[in-house]
Amino acid sequence: MIQVFRRDVVLSIRSGGGFGLALIFFLIVVVLVPFALGPDQSLLAKIGPGLLWLGALLACLLSLDRIFGMDYEDGTLDLLATSPLPLEGVYLAKSAAHWLTTGLPIALAAPVLGVLLNLNFYVSGVLCLSLLLGTPTLSLIGSFGATLTLGVKRGGLLLSLLVLPLYIPTLIFGALAVHAAALGHTFEGPLIFISAISLGAIAILPFFSAAALRINLS
Amino acid sequence: MLEVANLSVGRGGISLLNNVSFSLKAGQGLVLRGPNGIGKTSLLRSVAGLQRPLCGDISLDGSIAYAAHVDGNKGQLTVRENLNFWADVYGSEMMEVALIAFKLHDLGQRPAANLSAGQQRRLSLARMLVTGCKVWVMDEPTVSLDQENTALFRVAVERHLQLGGIALLSSHSELELNTETLDLVQFRASQRIIVSAFDKALE
Repeated sequence: MIQVFRRDVVLSIRSGGGFGLALIFFLIVVVLVPFALGPDQSLLAKIGPGLLWLGALLACLLSLDRIFGMDYEDGTLDLLATSPLPLEGVYLAKSAAHWLTTGLPIALAAPVLGVLLNLNFYVSGVLCLSLLLGTPTLSLIGSFGATLTLGVKRGGLLLSLLVLPLYIPTLIFGALAVHAAALGHTFEGPLIFISAISLGAIAILPFFSAAALRINLS
Repeated sequence: MLEVANLSVGRGGISLLNNVSFSLKAGQGLVLRGPNGIGKTSLLRSVAGLQRPLCGDISLDGSIAYAAHVDGNKGQLTVRENLNFWADVYGSEMMEVALIAFKLHDLGQRPAANLSAGQQRRLSLARMLVTGCKVWVMDEPTVSLDQENTALFRVAVERHLQLGGIALLSSHSELELNTETLDLVQFRASQRIIVSAFDKALE
């Protein structure tokens, strides 16, 4: 499993499109918002948390079809499926690699970009924490969606339609945690919910994804 | 030991081959022959476990390595990195042997994207050696190979069989391998008779 993880990280760094793309997209969305809405600082601070979470979510969508699509097209997935590695493990390794190259950079960059939306230091910290706990779910659900749409020509749109509704709980609780922190309320509750969704996804989705891969490969 | 009994395979709900039976012991190889679309790939994919057969049994003693039509190399990785990945996956130490067997040692540091089609194919064949698996299932292994490199492949398969391996391959070109051949056109024309004769030949 660790071999697949390592290889996917190297591939995504070398192919260019993976590592920086999501981060740059996130950056563009967040930078453009103040231009569109005007320099009203209280408005920006109010909608900032939700916007940053929405930006992170859309940025994660960008590279989802590459997670399994590339390996499917060049035949590597057949070879992985006949190797001693369990497909559940391949799914987890690929999701982890996607998170490391997409979710993690976004979570780490979010506090810096929060400054642009007039978020204070404390709220930015909570934002970073909520993204760190929530982005693994985005990668896990996204990879699962990618296994379902494998083999569909230009399945990117279908993938987004499948995956976005499943992102809603994470989005609600993620943005809620940051809003609560901004208003001075406790934010542990929503964070616990996000973590629970992440852990649930790790526990259940490998089996569904492996089944979807087996069906789509045959 | 690879044993296939009364196997029927198809693709997209269409039945292609019915009641295929053969058994291969250690050191034995089988070449499938037949025109496009007769079901060679479906048969090989079923044996490799990638596709569920329509009916029949496949019993296998030992690990299996599969090589498909497409090479399955990663263009962004070098030749060595490609093989190293599979060596890690299979926990094997055969990488240097594989590089030499397919004359890839001089190309070790070259990204796979910069290889010619024949070199790509050699890399994917070297992967079979790296896996260290006993059973090789290969779909058109000599596509894009010139005469000299086809000979390299022949040597590798014969060595694999000598070491007690099993090889099941499909090919359109004459490989001159010391293996049995299953002509699927003849098989389809007079199924039962050929199968029993073939079983006898292998005993």
